[in-house]
Amino acid sequence: MVDSTVSLKTQDERLRKTPLIRKLLSRPELGAVAGAIVILLFFALVAGDTMFSARGIARFLESSALLGILAIPVALLMIGGQFDLSVGSMIAAAGAVMGILASVVGLPMWLSILVAFGFAAVVGYANGLIVHRSGLPSFIVTLAGLFILRGITLGFTRLITGRTQISGLRDLAEGDWLASLFSGDLFPGLFIWMAEVGIIAQRADGAPSVPGVPVAIVWWLIIGVAATWLLLRTEFGNWIFAVGGDQNAARNVGVPVQRVKIILFIMTAAGATLYAVLTVLDAGSADTNRGLLKEFEAIIAAVIGGCLLTGGYGSAIGAMFGALIFGVVQEGIFFTGIDTDWFKAFVGLMLLIAVLFNNYVRKRVTESR
Amino acid sequence: MADTPLIDVQNVSKFFGSVIALSDVSMTVNAGEVLCLLGDNGAGKSTLIKTLAGVHQPSKGEFFVDGKKVLFNSPRDALDHGIATVYQDLAMVPLMSVTRNFFMGREPTKGRGLLKRFDVQFANRVAMEEMARIGIDVRDPTQAVGTMSGGERQCVAIARAVYFGAKVLILDEPTSALGVKQASVVLRYIAQARARNLGVIFITHNVHHAYPVGDKFTILNRGRTLGTFHKRDTSREQVLEMMAGGKELDQLGSELEEFARVDKAAAGGQHTGLEATAAAEAALAQAMKSETEKVHSGH
Repeated sequence: MVDSTVSLKTQDERLRKTPLIRKLLSRPELGAVAGAIVILLFFALVAGDTMFSARGIARFLESSALLGILAIPVALLMIGGQFDLSVGSMIAAAGAVMGILASVVGLPMWLSILVAFGFAAVVGYANGLIVHRSGLPSFIVTLAGLFILRGITLGFTRLITGRTQISGLRDLAEGDWLASLFSGDLFPGLFIWMAEVGIIAQRADGAPSVPGVPVAIVWWLIIGVAATWLLLRTEFGNWIFAVGGDQNAARNVGVPVQRVKIILFIMTAAGATLYAVLTVLDAGSADTNRGLLKEFEAIIAAVIGGCLLTGGYGSAIGAMFGALIFGVVQEGIFFTGIDTDWFKAFVGLMLLIAVLFNNYVRKRVTESR
Repeated sequence: MADTPLIDVQNVSKFFGSVIALSDVSMTVNAGEVLCLLGDNGAGKSTLIKTLAGVHQPSKGEFFVDGKKVLFNSPRDALDHGIATVYQDLAMVPLMSVTRNFFMGREPTKGRGLLKRFDVQFANRVAMEEMARIGIDVRDPTQAVGTMSGGERQCVAIARAVYFGAKVLILDEPTSALGVKQASVVLRYIAQARARNLGVIFITHNVHHAYPVGDKFTILNRGRTLGTFHKRDTSREQVLEMMAGGKELDQLGSELEEFARVDKAAAGGQHTGLEATAAAEAALAQAMKSETEKVHSGH
């Protein structure tokens, strides 16, 4: 018994030196990273310089970032074995809560934002509790949530403001400490300098073509890194895999299944709220129609990122790259000269390829190598 | 041996609606003792262990751990009292790695506050070491459990329970899905656990697996105990007899002997299947004995 533990220190001779490529193949995010490279190369060849000017890059990165902010928590939830179809409606609801509180009730913007996040926590909690206690598929429960939230948002907003849009929020956010975290651009000095030296283009008035790094991109990166840390390096991350992989097994070894599910649903709702705050402050208005179909885009990004629909497998980095692919295609198709009518067909095709690929990877992981 | 039993079940009954799953069941398990819970399908074995494991609460009767009365509301409660159950479905997630499964629900952490994290290196090392201790050489602790054989998975589950300080191991049919060789690995491990002074409740319907490792045999039939028998007082045949199906097996045995005789006549004195089984069992008993000695001498 003792000698066998000693031999562990040395390399096991039966452990074949796995070629790097094989090792990479068993990572869930491989498909999305490879796909992102292929897609970027494709557009670099076809779409030309306009897309890859500083302005073009900022555009598709911001679009990817917003979807990524939504898709990363959705990916964690899917690894935990659940769906959340209510995130799209949650975007509109959170925007409306924030807009009505700031413009009609007259609360300071920072408080309105905090209340919107509090509202998200309540919605997420309710979703998680109902799903766990009833044992119903989260697909159905959150599908109901999709309609309920959208309906309530529309109803309340029209009741209170008489319209479906709440505008004039930009002025209210002016100088607000919390709102400044969710709006504007970072490193403007750097970009002015880069424009002066000629790294990026200048506008006619001498300002750089891109004022800075859109703040959404920074949130995208922060959330991606934090989610990856949470998933791979914390006990909670292990619980997410366990609950998604086999809920009964997880419960039998003492994982608090209900708590894990509720926290995951709160995360998706909070992701939607962050999306709402970023877009509301960017546009200066809240709209009850915002976030339509975003729940599906988030799921698509997560699946392209390697999440299995059956749970227990996936990655946050994958979802980041899934969102990148989505954003590049969405913004890039315009520059290729292809009619944007074809965009949806392209997305569907990508989804199909991703699912087929994931299925293959899962088989490789669970069957002996 | 300790005076107070590790587990003392007194007159436990469990009803599901109008169904009487358990009726007035009593049994005790001491440290360093293997209690075999025998019974045919539907005898109430699973209900009894789920009650011990905190999945069900008994409808009637009492339950003592180390002499103290307890009531488990969840599997976690039972675990906290040192009662670890290894289920037939193993409570393993095939898509997760050996390490992640090993520490599922009880992850070792280091650091504080925001930096509090799953100590992956420590976890990998312990998982490798614990598996090596029971003679299973895990090639790569990050390999998915889905890639392992049934016997290996079973051993991960048992090693996990032992590592987390189980005083009592409840093993639900750990050998039923395994081949002869794999089953013997698990049985040897049961003997090892006993030698380390754990109490083991070993559920099976295979007397040939139960008899070599068991100290006591409790036989369940249709939700009732037919009594508990010490090994010194009973023979394998008697145990078999008392289980439901004893008669049928007798009949089967004589039929097989009949076949064997015919085969022997045809093949001219080759080993028959029955002889081979007996030889395998003898070898197993021998291996178990040496394992026990090894563990004792190691301490």
